[in-house]
Amino acid sequence: MASLVGSRVERKEDKRFLTGKGRYTSDINLVNQTYAIFVRSPHARAQIKKLDISKAQKSSGVVSILTGSEIAEDKIGGLIAGWAIRSEDGTEMKCPANPPLAKDIVNFVGDPVAVVIAESLEEAKVAAEKVSVDYKVLKAVTSTADAMDGDTIHEGIDKNLCFDWLLGDRQKVKEAFEKADKVISIDIINNRLIPNAMEPRACLADYNSASEEITLYTTSQNPHLSRLIMSAFGNVSPEHKLRVVAPDVGGGFGSKINVYNEDIVCSWAAKKINRAIKWVAERSESFLTDIHGRDHVTHAELAVTNDGKFLGFKNETIANLGAYARVFGTVTPTYLFGPCATGVYEIPAAYSNVKAVFTNTAPVDAYRGAGRPEATYTIERLVEKASMELGIDKTELRMKNFPTAFPFKQTLVHTVDSGDYVAGMEKAKQMADYNGYEARRKDSESRGKLRGIGVSSYFEACGIAPSAAVMSLGCGVGLWESAEVRFNPTGQVTVYTGSHSHGQSHQTTFAQIAADELGVPIENIDIVHGDTDKGTFGMGTYGSRSLTVGGIAIVNACKKIVEKGKRVTAKMLEASPEDVEFKDGEFIVAKSNKKKTIGEIAFACYLPGVRDEMKSPLPEGEEPGLKETAFFDPSNFSFPAGTHIAEVEIDPETGEVKLEKYTACDDFGRIINPMIVEGQVHGGLAQGIGQALYENAEYDETGQLMTGSYMDYTMPRADNFPEFNIGYTCTHATTNPLGVKGCGEAGAIAAPPTVMNAVIDALGGQEITMPATAEKVWKACKNLKKSNSKAA
Amino acid sequence: MRKVTLEINGNKVEKEVQDNTLLSTFLRDHLNLTGTHIGCDTSQCGACVVHVNGNSLKSCTALAADIDGSKVTTIEGLATNGKMHPMQEAFKKLHGLQCGFCTPGMVMSAVDLLQKNKKPSDTEIRDWLEGNICRCTGYQNIVAAVKEAATKM
Repeated sequence: MASLVGSRVERKEDKRFLTGKGRYTSDINLVNQTYAIFVRSPHARAQIKKLDISKAQKSSGVVSILTGSEIAEDKIGGLIAGWAIRSEDGTEMKCPANPPLAKDIVNFVGDPVAVVIAESLEEAKVAAEKVSVDYKVLKAVTSTADAMDGDTIHEGIDKNLCFDWLLGDRQKVKEAFEKADKVISIDIINNRLIPNAMEPRACLADYNSASEEITLYTTSQNPHLSRLIMSAFGNVSPEHKLRVVAPDVGGGFGSKINVYNEDIVCSWAAKKINRAIKWVAERSESFLTDIHGRDHVTHAELAVTNDGKFLGFKNETIANLGAYARVFGTVTPTYLFGPCATGVYEIPAAYSNVKAVFTNTAPVDAYRGAGRPEATYTIERLVEKASMELGIDKTELRMKNFPTAFPFKQTLVHTVDSGDYVAGMEKAKQMADYNGYEARRKDSESRGKLRGIGVSSYFEACGIAPSAAVMSLGCGVGLWESAEVRFNPTGQVTVYTGSHSHGQSHQTTFAQIAADELGVPIENIDIVHGDTDKGTFGMGTYGSRSLTVGGIAIVNACKKIVEKGKRVTAKMLEASPEDVEFKDGEFIVAKSNKKKTIGEIAFACYLPGVRDEMKSPLPEGEEPGLKETAFFDPSNFSFPAGTHIAEVEIDPETGEVKLEKYTACDDFGRIINPMIVEGQVHGGLAQGIGQALYENAEYDETGQLMTGSYMDYTMPRADNFPEFNIGYTCTHATTNPLGVKGCGEAGAIAAPPTVMNAVIDALGGQEITMPATAEKVWKACKNLKKSNSKAA
Repeated sequence: MRKVTLEINGNKVEKEVQDNTLLSTFLRDHLNLTGTHIGCDTSQCGACVVHVNGNSLKSCTALAADIDGSKVTTIEGLATNGKMHPMQEAFKKLHGLQCGFCTPGMVMSAVDLLQKNKKPSDTEIRDWLEGNICRCTGYQNIVAAVKEAATKM
């Protein structure tokens, strides 16, 4: 039987999506459901002096209006930060309470203060307009860089500082810098982004008064985790009386990890009014209230020798958390960021210092790449600048500082198990025709255009799991993953996974894995996820962990099935279990022609003696049935890496940047489905290039979001990209039996510095911030002209 | 309220609608044709594209009452006798979709492109699809799928 792992298997999920049969949360309607509209703060920071619902309550169709007072009375818990971070001075981080409905104070535009529930959506909207809130507007803090100097937003949190965290050794870095021939320094803004999954968030909560069970359909990347949080911290319902279903989910990118206010409020309110409640975000609500990403202000320095050896690195970063710390809010700018600060290089001394601040903006949390794009941007911009200042070719300088052997023990945290960064660089250069660049530059020049080439090499730590590691770093839970593999008596297989697919293609990739492990045709394998009533508790999908953690749990559960199959076969065929081999779906007794198919074994396990020659049904002590569960907790993260090369052409008359070529050469270890991996790379690149050239979330000084719609926030479109040239090198991960590494975030991590390095190269080394809009680039072109004419 | 008569995916539909009911809402909430998606509130994303009298239209930009008497095709009506349209087949074959949310609008838009331009270039495809936002695919495999479909239609 040909192996499916490694094949371009078409997706099992596609037919329903292509024929309009997908089932997203907003597609679900329940009999007698009501509709919720949230009344949100129009101010970034204000005291609620008075909230009057009397007029709204009389509005047509209103079923109920609930506010922060009822939330408090019912002791419904707030939204939580999932990781505890300790400051350099040993003190614990300081986080404010984040009630699902604000009662006394609002902290960002969009902070909900009340929910209006009505018979129809229109009636809910009309009534919500009639809720009268008397606000005392306070001065908002919106700037990341100046947040520590602003008014105190949350009582008891001085300087709006959540923590001041250090990773690394300041003294060693000081000594390294003293020995340096040259110090390269850079100031960076990592621009704020809005994830913008195409499906707006939604939820539908139902309550059964007889069973006292709440069912919540919601747009979540991790329904089990949502249930845990809502139960353990939200006090919404005991866990066994809460079912969370995340059906088809239209993209997540991190924005659907969090339990949101609306999930908690609708679940709690459904029980209160004893009816189903549906809420669907309008896009403008998504802009205001989905978690945002990035938003760092960084000063970084690299100590180098004249011949280009890196001696030391440091970064001082201010990370904006927004108004509240959410699930991955505090870990994103710390343990997902700092350990990757030194990039793919041997740098003997390093530290990463991060001050995380609260501001009156939407909460900032994990967005595709989460911390690793910010780290990669910093080091790769710095290295590019070093290459310019030292006059050493950008690829040579990088290779000079790559590790020479693996495992590669980095200075800060990670031990990278496998990789070959030189091979990746060389292949990328060849794919991009790096050596032919000068001819292309001259061609651009002859047409009056500026051309630039940018390189970046990255690694990332993903497959977010190793429980021992993450818990020692402050994570509230271990991040293993579960799988259950269940045979039907007639031989088909259902695999239940704790991870969740919202575009990642688990139904296909996981089925390929199970098909190979069990020798069962892929069409007889179903993958089930997204429902806490189906399958074992699992941690969900984020941090490129589904395959490297969840996929391995499936492998391990399959292996248990095979072991049991061997024992049953041995009994049936009167052999010793050690003599039974399993291959391509058949259990074969060694040195004989006696064999059983795995389908026959499944049948025998459930219906012993019905169809086979067994006299005693199962081996002594063996339980009937054929179903196994496995939990996988890897010993380390996985470390994909690669080199990307971009070329841009700039029209100095307009400042327009055209991305001419983009080459990505990545090492994701073993690839299960090349077609799907290719799609993940393309999508990540689009988001990374979007950050570099188009996207920017901007608040004004009063805390109004200036980029709150697709008219204002530049979402990349089809005509913004060239055809990407992607390729791979391969070193297997040593920390899992498939040798796989994560691939979902790589593009978003590597692309921003690659593109910006090209833009800045074209601009003769002038620093500009992301996104490289035509206006900024045009101004830089004018400066370039001025300095060129002076030089002449 | 007024009565509208439409032919939707080949079936005659007569319904009472409010004057301000958007076609997208009408399809989803009145006819349960939830394949047409709503991804924004500014007619930018294109997830709601359907065909009205043979031309692609963002269904959030039309009132159901305004298109009385029209023929509407939604993503649910694209396959014939259970066989997917060549555009649907090409999206599947070349991985032109991931989460699937933008997909119905993207497919409907692409089908209209090939009605108007049988052999579009890459640039023409990218230009035409400018009104459909996809956050997952980076568009590359969508472009490839449209080109593939062009050879089959």
